[in-house]
Amino acid sequence: MAIFINEGTRLVVQGITGRDGSFHTRQMIEYGTQVVAGVTPGKGGQRFEGPSGKGVPIFDTVHAAATATGANAAIIYVPPPFAGDAMMEAADAGLPFIVAITEGVPVLDMTRVHPYIAEHGARLLGPNCPGLLAPGKCKVGIMPGQIALPGPVGVVSRSGTLTYEVVYQLTRAGIGQSTCLGIGGDPIVGTSFIDCLAAFEADPDTRAIVMIGEIGGTDEQRAAEFVKAHVTKPVIGFIAGQTAPPGRRMGHAGAIISGSAGTAAEKIEAFQANGIRVMRRPSDVVPLVREVL
Amino acid sequence: MNIHEYQAKEILRAHGIPVPPGEVATAPEEAERIAARFGGGVVVKAQVHAGGRGKAGGVKLAQTPAEARARAAAILGMKIKGLTVEKVLVTPAEEIASESYVGVIVDRASKSPVFMVSRRGGIDIEEVAATDPESIQRLVVDARYGLLPFQAYWLAVQLYDDGAQQRACARLLRQLYEAFVEAGASLAEINPLITTPAGEVKAIDAKINIDDNELDRKPEIAGLRDVAAEPPSEREAREAGLTFIQLEGDIGAVVNGAGLAMATMDLIKFYGGEPANFLDIGGSSNPAKVVSALRIITADPRVRVICFNIFGGITRCDDVANGIVEATRQLEIPVPLVIRLTGTNEEKALQILQAAGYSATTSMDEVVQRAVELAHRPAGA
Repeated sequence: MAIFINEGTRLVVQGITGRDGSFHTRQMIEYGTQVVAGVTPGKGGQRFEGPSGKGVPIFDTVHAAATATGANAAIIYVPPPFAGDAMMEAADAGLPFIVAITEGVPVLDMTRVHPYIAEHGARLLGPNCPGLLAPGKCKVGIMPGQIALPGPVGVVSRSGTLTYEVVYQLTRAGIGQSTCLGIGGDPIVGTSFIDCLAAFEADPDTRAIVMIGEIGGTDEQRAAEFVKAHVTKPVIGFIAGQTAPPGRRMGHAGAIISGSAGTAAEKIEAFQANGIRVMRRPSDVVPLVREVL
Repeated sequence: MNIHEYQAKEILRAHGIPVPPGEVATAPEEAERIAARFGGGVVVKAQVHAGGRGKAGGVKLAQTPAEARARAAAILGMKIKGLTVEKVLVTPAEEIASESYVGVIVDRASKSPVFMVSRRGGIDIEEVAATDPESIQRLVVDARYGLLPFQAYWLAVQLYDDGAQQRACARLLRQLYEAFVEAGASLAEINPLITTPAGEVKAIDAKINIDDNELDRKPEIAGLRDVAAEPPSEREAREAGLTFIQLEGDIGAVVNGAGLAMATMDLIKFYGGEPANFLDIGGSSNPAKVVSALRIITADPRVRVICFNIFGGITRCDDVANGIVEATRQLEIPVPLVIRLTGTNEEKALQILQAAGYSATTSMDEVVQRAVELAHRPAGA
């Protein structure tokens, strides 16, 4: 099993004809993901040329795509000014799982998108995230598939390339992953660390969890309390940004120490106080996971 | 993006919020002329993107135009948290009967705009939150409806007992919310919001932070950027599409992805070094970005070694390798480069680098350790 996606995921790609959308759609199909439809307004009726002759039908609206293909998940590669609308369109079409890759979505847009998504009972992952990968089964997003290996470790992170680094270290040591996912680096994201921890706890194929946080906000602190109260599986944590200066946005819109809040030190302390084993550097993941498996 | 107090006040004024007049001076004589025009006492306030201006001596009262000139002369050119003051705001001194705090932020936990108000204004709200949290009232706004009239009135009642002041404050809070949304802000605060002895409610200091993601669709707000208030290296990086933050150390870093860039800085520190910068070249595969990155880092004379840490996903390692080779052709790079590349097109990248006389590793620990060793080598070696 994996969390949120599996072999039965039937994916619609919003923004399939764009530069990023088309590139990653081919990659996802090559990985084995069932991409059943694409959406680009004005291009309905055309076909997207996938790898080795596998075409994907294009629709004008998500509603039409979902009705015609029985899709059950959406991925969004739509440019930032239209991304919020695309997320709401996917929820309105009844898709229960929506992954928003787009970076640069205005945060005020997201304050209006979230209540809409919640009312429609959908789950949103992102925005500004690399998506997720269930090794050997399904990939929804932009993670490089070749670095992952099927296995018992769930990996959840706020970042993209730092997740790849940790997954790569695990794979090189022969330790596989159940699902790897990035929740996104923006201040407001649809799926939190806590949502992922709860899903990994419930997933019988996950035996250990690696959580990679960073400076800014208090999500990691609340996740640490959740671990103590509700997670029986071993959790290993890392916080990026220990050397970041206060008041500066470290690339991710959410990675900023405001005043004295959101520092790496307070997050590491929260991890330790709640029984999470702390990695001091990315390569520590291998010995720490070996200890608990 | 940060904007100055005087710019924030202009935004608030445009939304109808009562803000005393004020003008900006870049020279002491100009401050004197402005003070003479206002008549009476004025406040001279440093306009710089740093908090704690008052404590740093950047806010001073002046009773006469001559005194305003002297105050401006002292403040202009002073450094506050490393930033040089280039402008002062000159504004009439107000008589103050009470000071409150009002602010609206985008709150991560509720995923909504949240208002905070407190009767304890005029001091840093974080200090109030730490020492007297009960004095702060919070209200979560449903962004689809905005701040509703009854909500604004509820907040106003938390601050004032007088009916006229409550009504004035409720109107002001709705105007503040409008300003917050229209500016594309992540924070808008008035601290202090004062009452005068005559009973008027006025905003005498204001701070607005803009969400960078709004700038493309709000050119008039993007135009408020004070380029002179940014370090030149950070401006050049922004124009080249890189995210760059200058730090104090001697090990330059070029990394793809914000999380990995932070982790690389941390690992430099772990092995006993000091990072000179945060630099994220982003997800694109453009060799020109690598050239820009090297130009910006080598402009810092403190840098003794440059460490590349690239994990190819969308970024193709061969593009980065081509960028490195291209940069060494265009620029003189006076310090050693140590390179880690792994992921998409790694083999091709290694061939390109070897042909140009560079070696590379696939281990992050190894490349950082090597960088720290080189940074610690004796001078001249």
